[in-house]
Amino acid sequence: MGLLSLFSRTTRKALVHLPAGSFTVDREGKIMTSTLPQSFPEDYIRDIGRQVLECFRGAEKAHMPMAEIILHFSALKVLARELRGGAIVFLMPQTLNQPLKR
Amino acid sequence: MAGSPRILLLDDDAAFLELYKEMLGKHLTSMPEVKTTTSAPRALSMLEAEPYNLLIVDLNMPKMDGLQILTIARRKYPHLRLVVLTGVRDEQFRTRAYAMGVDQFWIKPESDQEIGLFMESIESLLSREAQGGFRGVQSKSLVDIIQLECLSQNSCVLKISNGLIDGKIWIQTGEVIDAEAADLMAEPAFQRILGWKTGSFEILPPDPERPRTITTSYQGLLLNTAQAFDEAASQLPASAEAEQGKATFALAEIAQWPGVECVLSLRGKNAKDYYGLEDAAPVAEWLRDTLNNFQILADRLQVGQLQQVIGAGPRRKVALAAFGDAKLCIGFGPAVTAEQLKETFKNILTKWVS
Repeated sequence: MGLLSLFSRTTRKALVHLPAGSFTVDREGKIMTSTLPQSFPEDYIRDIGRQVLECFRGAEKAHMPMAEIILHFSALKVLARELRGGAIVFLMPQTLNQPLKR
Repeated sequence: MAGSPRILLLDDDAAFLELYKEMLGKHLTSMPEVKTTTSAPRALSMLEAEPYNLLIVDLNMPKMDGLQILTIARRKYPHLRLVVLTGVRDEQFRTRAYAMGVDQFWIKPESDQEIGLFMESIESLLSREAQGGFRGVQSKSLVDIIQLECLSQNSCVLKISNGLIDGKIWIQTGEVIDAEAADLMAEPAFQRILGWKTGSFEILPPDPERPRTITTSYQGLLLNTAQAFDEAASQLPASAEAEQGKATFALAEIAQWPGVECVLSLRGKNAKDYYGLEDAAPVAEWLRDTLNNFQILADRLQVGQLQQVIGAGPRRKVALAAFGDAKLCIGFGPAVTAEQLKETFKNILTKWVS
């Protein structure tokens, strides 16, 4: 796992491609499972998980508990479902040439 | 920025820089002054030190990639034109670059014809800048632009966006012939568009097939719109208390939309107006934190603006959005379907932004 990268001599920082996939985080924000590729930095996954959990907790505090949130960014859609204090998060990159929905 | 336009070209390939410096500097009619660098941090310090009209940037670079540069440049220099010139053929990066506000995205030209098109597009960007061109209504009002187009007997389509809604005004040989904005058509749409205080627009090629729905002259249209604004302004309450009352009234109006249970809007740092909420303070805090935190996440992930957040819970569904300094939270009943929520929220945003 990642052994070959030890021998890689490249110094070029690769552009981070936004993957489609999902991951789960526990109530502490620890990543439990992920279908995202290794090339997607774990920091990013942790950040997304942490913000999503914070959003769920803030909603609870505001007396508006949420079971699901959908974030619409210009180039990414994120769907997160609450899972017993943790969350399952789906990442769906958006492109300009999306097929039109009927 | 007087004199010849200035271009900063950033790419990690020194030979490529040399070639394009010569091409841009010698073959464009505007004779721009072209500076180059192979390092992204150096490019940022050059932008800091001197004003530039245009930044041309590669995406795939060591240490700091092009998307990071674009994020910083767009935030720090909103008037700087941005062009991506890259070998990365990936639809996702094109989408993300446009989401960050670049003006053009080019795959590195491979033929004489492509080089010609690239040079033309750069010339066009620079000449718009030289003519005192605009990105939006901050520097020229929409009325100015319409008058300009009509007085010069031009034919074009003005596509105007206030960030959330798009509108179009059709101009045919100096006359406004049609307009549309969200659910409005013809003159009401024209008045709605002119009511937008900020935004951006582009001039599209004319559409001679468009049927004429507006017969009033452009002077008459502008006069009618100005009168409508004057009347609305004269009815505006003057005091802060009355202003608050007006905002609450507007929110109460929003609350009349089907399925809407409560509304909260935040203006600036502290001002909040709400309707249908018993304790608005924790909701306001959640709204502010959620939109701010997710926008920070958007910058980190380089995915453009956070457009909206939709939430669903056992007791309520919510929709959140930000527009400039203002933030809006609408609470819906749990029975509202996702499709109804989406449609209603879109209509409410149209009204709220206007």
